[in-house]
Amino acid sequence: MLSTTLIIVYSLLYLALLFAIAYWADRRADQQRSVISRPTVYALSLAVYCTAWTYYGSVGRAAATGVGFLPIYLGPTLIAALWGTLLLKIVRVSKVQRITSIADFIASRYGKSQLLGGIVTVIAVLGVVPYIALQLKAISSSFTILQSHPDADLAATAGRIPMLQDTALYVALLLAAFTILFGARHLDASERHEGMVAAIAFESIVKLVAFLAVGIFATFYLHDGFADLFDKAERAGVLNPMIAEGTGGYGNWYALTILAALAVMMLPRQFQVSVVENSSEGHLHRAVWMFPLYLLLINIFVIPIALAGQLTFEGRNVDADTFVLTLPMAHGQGGLSLLAFIGGLSAATGMVIVETIALSTMVCNDLVMPGLLRRWKRMPPEADLSQLLLKIRRGAIVVILLLGYLYFHFAGEAYALVSIGLISFSAVAQFAPAMLIGLYWRGGTRAGALAGLLAGFGIWVYTLLLPSFAKSGWLSSGFVQQGPFGIELLRPQELFGLTGMNEITHCLFWSMVFNVGAYLFFSLMRTPNVHEATQATLFVDALRHERPLEVGLWRGQADIRELFGLAERFLGKERARNAFRRYADGRQVADIEDLPADAETVRFAETLLAGAIGSASARVMVASVTAEEPLGLDEVFDILDEASQIRAYSQELEEKSLELEAASRELRQANEQLKEIDRLKDDFMSSVTHELRTPLASIRAFSEILYDDPEVELEQRRRFLGIVVSETERLSRLVNQVLDLAKIESGHADWLSEHVDLAQLVSEAIEATEQLFKERGVQVVRELPDRPCVVNVDRDRLMQVVLNLLSNAVKFAPRDGGLVQVHLSAGSESCRVSVADNGPGIAEQDQPYIFERFRQGSGGTEKPVGTGLGLPISRRIVEHFGGRIWLDSNPDKGATFTFELPMKHSSDRPAGNEHAQEGPDSG
Amino acid sequence: MRHSILIRQRLVGIFLLGLVLLYSPALTLFDSAAEWGGIPVSYLYLFGVWLLIIVLAALTVEADRR
Repeated sequence: MLSTTLIIVYSLLYLALLFAIAYWADRRADQQRSVISRPTVYALSLAVYCTAWTYYGSVGRAAATGVGFLPIYLGPTLIAALWGTLLLKIVRVSKVQRITSIADFIASRYGKSQLLGGIVTVIAVLGVVPYIALQLKAISSSFTILQSHPDADLAATAGRIPMLQDTALYVALLLAAFTILFGARHLDASERHEGMVAAIAFESIVKLVAFLAVGIFATFYLHDGFADLFDKAERAGVLNPMIAEGTGGYGNWYALTILAALAVMMLPRQFQVSVVENSSEGHLHRAVWMFPLYLLLINIFVIPIALAGQLTFEGRNVDADTFVLTLPMAHGQGGLSLLAFIGGLSAATGMVIVETIALSTMVCNDLVMPGLLRRWKRMPPEADLSQLLLKIRRGAIVVILLLGYLYFHFAGEAYALVSIGLISFSAVAQFAPAMLIGLYWRGGTRAGALAGLLAGFGIWVYTLLLPSFAKSGWLSSGFVQQGPFGIELLRPQELFGLTGMNEITHCLFWSMVFNVGAYLFFSLMRTPNVHEATQATLFVDALRHERPLEVGLWRGQADIRELFGLAERFLGKERARNAFRRYADGRQVADIEDLPADAETVRFAETLLAGAIGSASARVMVASVTAEEPLGLDEVFDILDEASQIRAYSQELEEKSLELEAASRELRQANEQLKEIDRLKDDFMSSVTHELRTPLASIRAFSEILYDDPEVELEQRRRFLGIVVSETERLSRLVNQVLDLAKIESGHADWLSEHVDLAQLVSEAIEATEQLFKERGVQVVRELPDRPCVVNVDRDRLMQVVLNLLSNAVKFAPRDGGLVQVHLSAGSESCRVSVADNGPGIAEQDQPYIFERFRQGSGGTEKPVGTGLGLPISRRIVEHFGGRIWLDSNPDKGATFTFELPMKHSSDRPAGNEHAQEGPDSG
Repeated sequence: MRHSILIRQRLVGIFLLGLVLLYSPALTLFDSAAEWGGIPVSYLYLFGVWLLIIVLAALTVEADRR
């Protein structure tokens, strides 16, 4: 049993939780740790589109029309794919101009017209307040139904007894309090309400979970899945899968989709969450698919619930609109019924809160403010008006909710209330031409927008609103049946004799014909004036530049103190000071008083005010403290052109300077390299000369001795001549190597290419150096494989490499007891030769340079003999043949030089080579 | 900048695909009472296309992030 108290307690607990979430999110926002600046939260908040009308009403529509409810969600799904451009543009424009409502947006687009803003507000209030009433009714009836649990039949009739209308009043007052707390607690220049958005995102989750729970219950608990349910429904004759038949023709199918696609962008609450509350353009991308996904999920079980309800209540008088609630009730599921109720409550409260905030902003900025400004004539009183603004907002919230309640109270079960969902959509769809065409076409004028809105609105009143009053019995139905004054051609729902479509499609068609027609006709009467053209450019070109075009289109005389004073009055002292402070910092001015009162500053002040009181009022206010000289149309375009040219030019400059920077960086690097090469060349020259001087000096010294003293003994003479000969040899070797290296490096060396068996070559090299090993008492160990290891190289050059490695090894191996190991191994792709000694090794810091010219290993204490060119030449030779050479060395553990050459895969070489057998070859 | 324009244009392409599948005579092909796996073809088609649009849009924009 669900007692009244229990339901009230749960409802209040839910609202308290909502309160807590909103409060927490607001606190986090104050601490700069926003919880809503996440794309997923943004996408969820958009689901405020799904109201109680969706939650309860979709099932009702599905029971009557089959898939006829789907266009209401397919339209938004399709249009969402365009949000990447369309909504992005709206958001960009709104951020730059601090637009805080759809009325402000349209007013701003057509030259900041107060009249346009006012008319949009009136249409929105008239179209949407009944919709709010519907939500209150949903809460009230679902409450009543749940009270009669588990008697679902009684519930169906109880909903029609006006016994607990007070529930709705309390709900309205409670929601007014909530809305004021989180929607109008303080004035915010950007009109963003983080706490409210967090609460709405949470409500979206709750209503989805609740609806899915009921759907799963209906499909899988009451029946055995979709197929079983559809089967039973078909046998009971309630299954209606035909698209055209259910919807009343494809025309209605298309029209409903278009209507929903427009509504999802034009409804004040959708504009509020998608544009005003948007904290980052990047969030749009997530919404493009997540919002449609939400719609898909919440709609999967609509048909199953409708069918299950029809099966359960067959032959009984239970309204299909209540199935979400009565279906679990009829099967004694108290907990699930309560969850379903809470889900409906969240759908209704979410809509009411956001819609009321959006409407209150519009009422305050576009209806009340213009009136006040007219009363104050030139200047507002010197008082702090920010508190007054807040009071207006709060008053508007209470008034809107009470209006909703009163409409609910008096309309009750009237047709005008229960069918308001699509009627409301049709009303706000009238904003679409002025808004969307104005976003892409510069030619629209204030007169055109005004005419279009009024014409469309007029058609809406005539073809939808008045007939709905007539059907509710508030007007004589003769007006609908026979037409006004009996003129049949003017019958409201068969206007000009047009038949064959439902009333919504009929209204959409005629209202759009007249709306767009009047918009174009009056826009094309004359060219846009300065204000219209300026705003047109700012709106139409919003996405043309990466960053928004911010330019002051103003000329005249202004006083910075007056502008600041104006902002102080409307925003409050502290917030105005902070905003101006930041602006002054941006312009690198130390003091607010020192700000130049130029076009840019005036634009800043006007935009700042626009956030608080709307663009049209802000324009009037700024004009009241400045002496503006009107700009000509040509001047405006000059300024705009100049601004965008400067933008383009500065972008070009930026690119050029980036290019320059890159080029100069490369040049610097090249220069560094050149310097390094130059330094190396100097080092090389000095090394070469040094190396040349040493043998030359000794040759000269010994030659001089022989020349000066003919008495030198023969033995002595032979020794001296021996030194001269060996030094000369060293000299010519050095010169040859220098030439060799120079030739290799310059690419002029002659390379032969022949098949060479490495094993054979290594053996020969060892034999050639045998004497050297013997002299120094160094043992050489060779490990050579049996099979030939053929590579494609220049035999003499490679011999040079091996000899060089061997002579290096023997040089560094300790005298007597030195050991040199020569190892050859053949892999599948390459041959590897390593020469290891057990000398002092090469210090780690020298290893990276060992293959550079004249970098001799400094491991030995005595100066090693050699030219310092052997290893560099070896490396170039090995690399020339596609191999590599490297060093492994640990100090005190000797050094191992290894080179690797790609194997020559060929079998045409005779295999009769001699192979040195393994074994020590001591010398 | 160039890339984000491409993403927007892909999304417009998805929009057009949705129009053709749901709002052209193509729809009439599936507007039948026939059943497939016990579920009416029209339901399968409408929800299937719906899901397809969502998946395509998700792939388009989320691939852009990476």
